[in-house]
Amino acid sequence: MSVVEAESERLLAAVRALLLEKGITSREEIAERIRITDGGSPAQGARMVARAWVDPQYRALMLADGARAAEAMGIPMRGLPPLGVLEDTPALHHLVVCTLCSCYPRAVLGYPPFWFKSAAYRARAVRDPRGLLSEWGTVLPAEVKLRVVDSTADYRWMVLPLRPAGTDGWSEDALAALVHEGDMVGVSVPSAG
Amino acid sequence: MLAPGTKVRVRNDWPETRGPCHIRTPHYVRGETGVVVRHLGDFPNPEDLAFARPAPILALYHVRFAQPALWGEGMAGDEVVVEIFEPWLEAA
Repeated sequence: MSVVEAESERLLAAVRALLLEKGITSREEIAERIRITDGGSPAQGARMVARAWVDPQYRALMLADGARAAEAMGIPMRGLPPLGVLEDTPALHHLVVCTLCSCYPRAVLGYPPFWFKSAAYRARAVRDPRGLLSEWGTVLPAEVKLRVVDSTADYRWMVLPLRPAGTDGWSEDALAALVHEGDMVGVSVPSAG
Repeated sequence: MLAPGTKVRVRNDWPETRGPCHIRTPHYVRGETGVVVRHLGDFPNPEDLAFARPAPILALYHVRFAQPALWGEGMAGDEVVVEIFEPWLEAA
């Protein structure tokens, strides 16, 4: 039987048993990896964004080295690709895409949403990004520059969006609750409304 | 090492027409002119890693392109930034 025809559960069990038998990994290491992978979710990225909104030092760390900033929040980044953070400003909006496949910063955003992997999103994010954004309800004024970041190689990227108006004095937890998956990809922007 | 601001052209090369390969340089920037934003780091060449060949460590750059120039449509000033390995870049 070829690998393609094998039943996936049995194939997984066989590969796992071989990895253990050859001492390449351990049960503990596999369990730890599963735990880390399951821990990745947009809530993690949202915590980082909220911290950056209230703490200028953390913001500076996040922009300089996203992986270190994630680790500072207790998010395990060992063995993962570098994380780049793209800072939106009133004059610049970022949109992330992976035109080649579906590279995504899973440790801080979780599994990529279905639309991020779709051929339509991947093609239109580079060819007609403003049209695509407007379908998400994100209409950029002409004076705001759009920078599309195509995640083609070893980095993973997340957007640090603008802090919404009307959130002065809000707690970090309340701010984090405003930040959704799409806001950190750049298809949408957080709002307090 | 290419300094930020260096004008570069992406090689207009199509290895996929010559046989099996794994290319991280998107079609839509091949032959196009852009500007180096910054050096992102050095990483093993994915074109070799994909075939389990020894992979030389290559410099990886963020390169900025004018978005309307790539497609003949779009808004002036908008940009597309792509991660590109040094061997794909030539002087422009």
